[in-house]
Amino acid sequence: MSSSLVSEELQPGPTPSKPRQVTGLAGLGLVIAVLATLAMAKAASMVRDYNHQGTVATIVGVVLVVVSLYPWIFAFRAFVKARERSALLAQDDLVASRRVAASGREEAFICMGWAAAVLIVAFLIFFVFANSADGGGVVNVFFKVSVIKASFQPILKAFWTNIWVACVSEVLVLIFGLLVAVVRMLPGRAGAPLRAIAVLYCDIFRAIPAIVVLTLVVFGLPLTGVKFFQTIPTVWLGIFALSLTYTSYVSEVYRAGLSSIHPSQSAAARSLGLSYGQTLRTVLVPQAVRRVIPPLLNDFISLQKDTALLSVVGISEALLVANLYEAKYFNLSPIAVAAFLFILITIPQARFVDYLIERDTKRRAGGS
Amino acid sequence: MSFLEIDDVHKAYGHHEVLKGVTLNVERHEVVCLIGASGSGKSTLLRCVNALEDIQSGAIRIEGDTVTGAGVDLNALRRDVGIVFQSYNLFPHMSVIENVMLAPTRVGGVSKSEARARGEALLESVGMSDKAKAYPDMLSGGQQQRVAIVRALAMQPRVMLLDEITAALDPELVGDVLEIVRELAHGGLTMLLATHEMGFAKEVASQVCFLDAGQILERGSAEQIFEDPHEERTQQFLSRVVKSGRL
Repeated sequence: MSSSLVSEELQPGPTPSKPRQVTGLAGLGLVIAVLATLAMAKAASMVRDYNHQGTVATIVGVVLVVVSLYPWIFAFRAFVKARERSALLAQDDLVASRRVAASGREEAFICMGWAAAVLIVAFLIFFVFANSADGGGVVNVFFKVSVIKASFQPILKAFWTNIWVACVSEVLVLIFGLLVAVVRMLPGRAGAPLRAIAVLYCDIFRAIPAIVVLTLVVFGLPLTGVKFFQTIPTVWLGIFALSLTYTSYVSEVYRAGLSSIHPSQSAAARSLGLSYGQTLRTVLVPQAVRRVIPPLLNDFISLQKDTALLSVVGISEALLVANLYEAKYFNLSPIAVAAFLFILITIPQARFVDYLIERDTKRRAGGS
Repeated sequence: MSFLEIDDVHKAYGHHEVLKGVTLNVERHEVVCLIGASGSGKSTLLRCVNALEDIQSGAIRIEGDTVTGAGVDLNALRRDVGIVFQSYNLFPHMSVIENVMLAPTRVGGVSKSEARARGEALLESVGMSDKAKAYPDMLSGGQQQRVAIVRALAMQPRVMLLDEITAALDPELVGDVLEIVRELAHGGLTMLLATHEMGFAKEVASQVCFLDAGQILERGSAEQIFEDPHEERTQQFLSRVVKSGRL
């Protein structure tokens, strides 16, 4: 029984490993936790000062400090485990001691993680409330309650324009993006000129910043003397400009999706006698669209945010109205309101995209 | 005039010549097996017959009508010539019955209800009627391949090309698929199949061709090729197959 594939020599076995140290790590964790709580206490007192020792501010401050004590629990647990470790080691129970040490170190790291988070929050509060006593600081610059109250309603109303402009543009972009992507895939010599035009369009409009397209379209097209552009409302010119820009992005997304479908799918469809057009319509596009939904939604999120660019060409939307109030009160809080509204509509979509991506990943891992 | 004539076909990808003058005649109701090592050109030859690949020279004729070169209605040709692939290539976004109905309704001019009835009957005959509404991802490889065969049969092709259809299957699933092919052979369907299943080839083939480096090196009855191969390359190939336990 001998083969050149199997070695007869045995490797030397490893020596049993010692349990790792815990006390030092637990001590470090406790120091950071104590510092974090001190910082949070200072932050809480700043919140309280800003609100002139009001009850709500006091309660908020107390809650903040109590929450900041949370990491201490893990530090103490780590110390307990450190003692258990030495006791077990003294009894020569190496395996159990190793396990306790590992879990003690984990507790110490959890303590540090929470303590670091507390520190970050405390410093954010420092920053927000610094100089607030004499009318400065982040709170007064961005979040002045009186200004927010005065401007919120009109900005919200103007934000409606952002929403419907985004929705209309998205529908146009969905249709024309696919069209451009399909044109770019036209086969043969006959398709070559159209392919070239589609490529040129994509290259040009992906290169020009959206704000430049918007300025040229909204200010320029009515000056050309073409009746159509003079009669349609300015906001539609804005939609046109945004659609021009985003169609070029989205057609790239579609194209990536179409070319990600394995050629065997196309071969299978053609082998059944389906024409090129039928193959595209019934086999390639339906599969591509499913695949590109997450990146497509990402582009739509950018598009929604870019509706704020309409303010540059004087179309009344959230940012433009916010700018008016900013000038009126000489305070940036209205702009912060606009920012808040954008956050409000974007976060659910971002989470939805994450969910779709995760689902796709799972499906790919699970099936075929 | 044979039913399917492959006449001195040359095919190259760039400078790499895959088919170096293949000539092969297939009579109606004949089952021709192509055997040979990977890269010998079996799959390429089948794809050329279906015009999924274009050829550089030579001609392929079906009932005397040349189906290669410019001006041929490829979509019409493919309605007559069905192909089943090694990797099934079902459409993952369609259910089994939709996969089967797609070609008859879109290019066969068959009404939806008729296509459905015919598709269900075909699925029934391969033991897949309970999976009509399932999606390909939910099926085993053997089940997917049976659906792929039904999908090709739904167009009622006059020739079937089978491209190593059991090569990607787990061993215990091969039998079901081969059973269907056996039934098609007994039913008189003209078939051209590339295969590694030598035992099966021996059983169904009326003619076996050994391909080597893009040429048919040896051809003859299954008995002659497997029991008494004349060419040295054929003997080497078959002895390697025997060593791997597949004959």
